Amino acid sequence: MTDRQTDRQARLRRHTTLLAVVAVGMFGFAFALVPLYNIFCEITGLNGKTSGEAAPNIAATAPSSQTISGSAEREVTVQFLAHVSRGMPWEFRPTETRVRLQLGEVTETLYFARNFANTEFTGQAVPSVTPGYAARYLHKVECFCFTQQELAAGEEMDMPVYFYVGEDLPSDIGTLTLSYTMYPVSTGTRPVSGAPETAGGTMSMDHSEHSVL
Amino acid sequence: MMPFRAFACIPAGIGALTRLPVFLSRSLSVGLLLVLPQSILAQGWDMREGVTDISQRIQTLHHISLFICLAVGIVVFGAMFYTIIAHRRSVHPEPANFHESTKVEVIWTLIPTLILIGMAVPATITLRDIEDNSDADVTVLITGSQWKWHYQYVDAGIGFYSNMSTPTEQINNEQEKGEHYLLEVDNPLVIPSGLKVRFLTSSDDVIHSWWVPDFAVKQDAIPGFINEAWTLVDVPGIYRGQCTELCGMNHAYMPVVVEVVPAEEFNTWIEDQRVAMELAGEAAVAARSRDWSMEELMPIGEAVYLQHCATCHQPDGSGQGITYPAQAGSLIATGPVDVHIDRVLNGVVDTEMQAWAPQLSDLDIAAVITYERNAFGNDMGDLVQPLTIYNSR
Amino acid sequence: MIAHADTIPPARHPLIAWILRWILTTNHKEIGTLYLCLSFAMFIVGGAMAMVFRLELAQPGLQYVGADFYNQMVTLHGLVMVFGAVMPAFVGLANWMVPLMIGAPDMALPRLNNFSFWILPFAFFMLLSSLFMQGGAPNFGWTLYAPLSTTYGPPSTDYLIFGVHLMGISSILGAINIIVTIFNLRAPGMTLMKMPLFVWTWLITAFLLIMVMPVLAGAVTMMLTDRHFGTSFFSAAGGGDPVMFQHVFWFFGHPEVYIMILPGFGVASQIIPTFARKKLFGYHSMVYATASIAILSFVVWGHHMFTTGMPLVAELFFMYMTMLIAVPTGVKVFNWVATMWRGSMTYETPMLFALGFVVMFTIGGFSGLMLAIAPADFQYHDTFFVVAHLHYVLYPGAIFAMMAAVYYWLPKWTGNMYNERLGKIHFWSAVFGLNLTFFPMHFTGLGGMPRRIVDYALPYADLNMVSSVGAGILGLTQFLFLYIVVDAIRGGTGKATGQVWDGAEGLEWTLPSPAPLHSFHKPPQVD
Repeated sequence: MTDRQTDRQARLRRHTTLLAVVAVGMFGFAFALVPLYNIFCEITGLNGKTSGEAAPNIAATAPSSQTISGSAEREVTVQFLAHVSRGMPWEFRPTETRVRLQLGEVTETLYFARNFANTEFTGQAVPSVTPGYAARYLHKVECFCFTQQELAAGEEMDMPVYFYVGEDLPSDIGTLTLSYTMYPVSTGTRPVSGAPETAGGTMSMDHSEHSVL
Repeated sequence: MMPFRAFACIPAGIGALTRLPVFLSRSLSVGLLLVLPQSILAQGWDMREGVTDISQRIQTLHHISLFICLAVGIVVFGAMFYTIIAHRRSVHPEPANFHESTKVEVIWTLIPTLILIGMAVPATITLRDIEDNSDADVTVLITGSQWKWHYQYVDAGIGFYSNMSTPTEQINNEQEKGEHYLLEVDNPLVIPSGLKVRFLTSSDDVIHSWWVPDFAVKQDAIPGFINEAWTLVDVPGIYRGQCTELCGMNHAYMPVVVEVVPAEEFNTWIEDQRVAMELAGEAAVAARSRDWSMEELMPIGEAVYLQHCATCHQPDGSGQGITYPAQAGSLIATGPVDVHIDRVLNGVVDTEMQAWAPQLSDLDIAAVITYERNAFGNDMGDLVQPLTIYNSR
Repeated sequence: MIAHADTIPPARHPLIAWILRWILTTNHKEIGTLYLCLSFAMFIVGGAMAMVFRLELAQPGLQYVGADFYNQMVTLHGLVMVFGAVMPAFVGLANWMVPLMIGAPDMALPRLNNFSFWILPFAFFMLLSSLFMQGGAPNFGWTLYAPLSTTYGPPSTDYLIFGVHLMGISSILGAINIIVTIFNLRAPGMTLMKMPLFVWTWLITAFLLIMVMPVLAGAVTMMLTDRHFGTSFFSAAGGGDPVMFQHVFWFFGHPEVYIMILPGFGVASQIIPTFARKKLFGYHSMVYATASIAILSFVVWGHHMFTTGMPLVAELFFMYMTMLIAVPTGVKVFNWVATMWRGSMTYETPMLFALGFVVMFTIGGFSGLMLAIAPADFQYHDTFFVVAHLHYVLYPGAIFAMMAAVYYWLPKWTGNMYNERLGKIHFWSAVFGLNLTFFPMHFTGLGGMPRRIVDYALPYADLNMVSSVGAGILGLTQFLFLYIVVDAIRGGTGKATGQVWDGAEGLEWTLPSPAPLHSFHKPPQVD
């Protein structure tokens, strides 16, 4: 075999390996698109995905909304909607359809849920906000959507959301819509006991307060 | 069959033309291209003008881009067909020798770019206005579900399902097709004229898309998320559209019908709906306060079955494969009654079998279960009473 | 170095030896032929599926098939045509022609070449066997949108997923082979900027394939884990998002469109100069235009998703980028016309198909530009207008270009001339059938008929009947094509010379016809 041929063989092997690495890298890139997409959604508010984590309670730092700067006097309307995933034996609805509130003012609203199945059932609420780019201005201090909700057969309860609308809300938004879809959680994927309680301690308190067995 | 029968029939009513001999005669007239002018009358060649400011501006955009394309096409194809004819070998035996010209290349890069910028400006302005959902007077939550729409008036607290009302016989060519074949529903969406209506779209199962061409509103309904769109219609009337995202077997049978009425009439209609809901509540109380006989339940059950169940499970209960199991002799319909009730009320998660509890009354569910247990050769002989359903919810 | 098929010991029964020869071949010409045969078979299968739903759509109402089976046909038609007909056809063409055009003795990786072909029959066996499974074949459209394909997909969806994985592996291996061949086996003196345009377009296509086929594989893998392993990539219930599937899919899907088109551009750029007897106008700008189309194809995917609730900024971005693609595409069309300008043209069948490609692809380009206008897309989206657009782009762009290529190189492959008169009849009947089928769809779409519906409202009846009649004609022309090719293999209208076409230039024409099984053992010198 001449040197030229060995050279060529080495080059072929190098090119082939390089291209194979690119292909494998692109396969990985497809999965990297998932976190990239979430970041992209957070920036642009695509689809109105909201953060799954609690926002700091600004009420603690600003004792009353009156003391906040003039822009806080702007009022916006927040609408509440609810959906139940198909095949889930729950009634799930907001207790009020809309509130009018000042920017920066922490507000509470209740969602009502009832399990009309004759077995216990766990649900997880998934929030969505429209217009999509308003999602990053709607801050939830506490929300039943942070944890899974478990209702015994026939049990019902009121579930609270504490939230405020950021003062930096663009002026062209007059109405925000907050929607929750309640999804069933299959028994196999129930969370490790105790884990959700730490995230939503008040939740379990509300649970015992409101439930009517 | 006369070859021109189809042609003669069309003005009178296109719906009559579905049987095989007519198929042949239509093929013939199609061959003669005689049928085309009639299509213009029936459908129009153009994008619909619609009845909203946005739909008319979109139609203008469509015209602008269409005419630019036509103009470019005339120039390019003109040059091409000229050279095809003028520079064929028999008249132009000696080919020229040029094959490069930077000047020409720059020109035909720049001119299209300028044309495109000219097209982009009005499109951008229109798009900005389409996406301006603020300050709506009425908000309607539209939820797609296989294969019907649910409309909820968010502030009035009224909601209802809107099912296609075209009878199965028309689809199966056993009956003459009506004027609004496949574009008719039992309960249309009613909105006021002259007011800005905001549509929020979502879905219970797969992705659907809510489209009314005359409003130029097309918005995907995505499970777990909400999208928004809006319209402002000045002309009262009935407007029809369809689901435009493949959503499973009966995607073709998911029409959208919107009735636009003057604002006062809309308010009256909302009140009527409230009253109707109360009456339905009273009827439900009355229904569960007495026992129903087999003779009473079976015809009600059959009607409910044909409207809601038959598209998947088939009118004769034979089903369609494993996705849509047979009713005849099935484990559910001939098994314990409480399992059967649970299946109909709550459906099966993540399948096309939906929970009927929120959609049908106690009486309807009791009747349809009774029907399923005593039809298609099933003879369980048991009766399900509305009260049982009420207690199972 | 290279294992030759004819080194197999001749001791076996001749039939077994013949079969083994085709199974074990590493010769680029034989593998090219295998690809072309498979793709034509798939083209007929996909076309038969189109016949089923065109028959059903001929009249309103349900006549022949149920709604679920209709959806299965629509889904498989798309998948089979894209992955089974168009892509293998162009890979087969590349196998045959790239070594001949760059003066290489074979592909750089012949055994890999054999492997990447023989994956395909198994992939399509898996895909098509789903038709006979319980619950039926996949029925959610070739775009596989979640959650219809994940939560609600029939059990056979898993076979589709593995089938797509296999096709993806085959395409990626094929693409690697083509790139390595082009980079390493060019004849001395053939610099990159001297390569025939067909080789250039395939080089760019191969890079697109390596970039996007793995993304599709990733998307279907996520589908698979969502279906069976409890992940929630595309389900809102677990914090995922069904719209993300569309983003990932179209990140693959839009470059995929150009994968199916660019080799066609290359074919037209070979054929038009031959029959105009004049050099290609603007060779350099053709290369740059192809590269810009390929690069832009990565940033336009959102135009498939204008109605999914994108923010205004994203809609504007995708609209501008999509409109921008019209510029390099326009440059290509103008260059072809300039190539013809003041040439000395004759219109043999390959030239007719190439011209048909340019004209009708341009019509598809126009409707593409109209679809790019986002506000108007709200009205066009998911209607038959889109069906008309994509078939005007793909039928002339891929199928006509492919037919042009077959007629152009068939004398080189078989050593015989095809029947020119029948070729012309084939062309004109195909043009007639194609326009009769797809042109009316523009109007049914504008009138408001959604795509992928089994049954439609009465105003669309007449135009649908026209489309169905056209589809029947178009379907029949394929058998004429098959007859012409078989006839040419069996002798045709006489022996072809090595040059075949008097205006043709390029290394492949320096070989005798038919091209010997082993060519360019000694690399030719290109000046």
